[in-house]
Amino acid sequence: MSGPLHLEVVTQSRRLLDLDVDEVQLPGTLGALGVLPGHTPLLTSLGIGELMYRTDHRESYLAIQWGFAEVLPDRVTVLAAVAETPEEIDVTEAEKEKEEAEAALKTVDMVELEKMRAKLQMAITRLQVARHRRA
Amino acid sequence: MANTRDLRRRIRSVKGTQQITKAMKMVAAAKLRRAQVRILQARPYAQTLSRVLASLAERTEHTHPLLQQREGRHAWLIVITSDKGLCGSFNHNLLRYAAELLDSGRWESPEVVPIGKKAVDFFSKRGDPIVQAEREVMSNITAAEGRRIATSLIEGFSAGRADEIWVVYSRFLSLIRHETMLERVLPVEPPAGTQAPLPNVDYIYEPDPKTLLAELLPRQVEVQVQTALYDSSAAEHAARMTAMDAATKNANDMIDRLTLLYNRTRQAAITKELIEIVSGAQALEE
Repeated sequence: MSGPLHLEVVTQSRRLLDLDVDEVQLPGTLGALGVLPGHTPLLTSLGIGELMYRTDHRESYLAIQWGFAEVLPDRVTVLAAVAETPEEIDVTEAEKEKEEAEAALKTVDMVELEKMRAKLQMAITRLQVARHRRA
Repeated sequence: MANTRDLRRRIRSVKGTQQITKAMKMVAAAKLRRAQVRILQARPYAQTLSRVLASLAERTEHTHPLLQQREGRHAWLIVITSDKGLCGSFNHNLLRYAAELLDSGRWESPEVVPIGKKAVDFFSKRGDPIVQAEREVMSNITAAEGRRIATSLIEGFSAGRADEIWVVYSRFLSLIRHETMLERVLPVEPPAGTQAPLPNVDYIYEPDPKTLLAELLPRQVEVQVQTALYDSSAAEHAARMTAMDAATKNANDMIDRLTLLYNRTRQAAITKELIEIVSGAQALEE
């Protein structure tokens, strides 16, 4: 195993993370992928899901919605449309959105279907990530 | 000669104006600070995106409609000004530059996308064809606003309503300096190849380069529009701050001058009265 992996997470309005980690898991559009130091260079688009990063056996999570990740052997750069830490997530809000999306999915037409699915998935992700909130 | 009551009234009125300009300067300073923070916060994303895009563009021979140069010379020109005035020559210089550009014959029958009330008013008065007017964007810039404008630009470009899209805006340099910029938004100019960290390694692409390019390019347009908006707003507040500072100073000078005049007038009146009393007394003695 080579040196540390530098993880950087930025959105259009801020730099969320900028630190060295041991491992990163990304929600790629073609499925989750784990990155350890020394990974082959990779450019992937990201879907909706959790991003997990581990430092000294401590796992931290972010909710990610759409974006890209550039993976190089010694660094991972994530450009996300939306990225939230567990502390920022409003659980009641997320639950409300989840219910709305579920209700809408039953009646909705083809055009709205994808949108609602994305909304549902984001709400579920946010709830998941919020569960990792540190006490 | 002006009488003292009028002078007092004028001094009071100038003081009132000065208070307003002073307050506006402080407001502009606060807003400028916020705008600067916004620029700094948006920078990492823009830089990373253009780095990723550059390395992607270098490594793939795939091309994309948003990258393609067209034969046609029909252009849209985005002009970004402020919504509000009282910021010195800020809007004036930019609009004059934009108007010269439109008249220069660089493009065939260019159309304008004015952003900011001043630009909208200017171009509708000039009678240029307007694609869409954005009036209230500059007062409260949000990421969603930039995305919305970028999306409509991409639509217009893809539908062939414009062959090129350019933007004119003021780039914030420092408190007293801003620069009028002309940049091409579409077709996207692939960012100049920054020295890639690993020039010989081939990336794995997920899903595939073409799809990635198709997703990255619109982001690049969004970022470019957003950056132009943020910069323009910072430059506007800086210009307003400088203008209001000058106005406050001018008001101070004016108050000084008026106070001097007031004191002189008052003194003259007193002297005149004394002379009258003295000469009256002398007349009685004789």
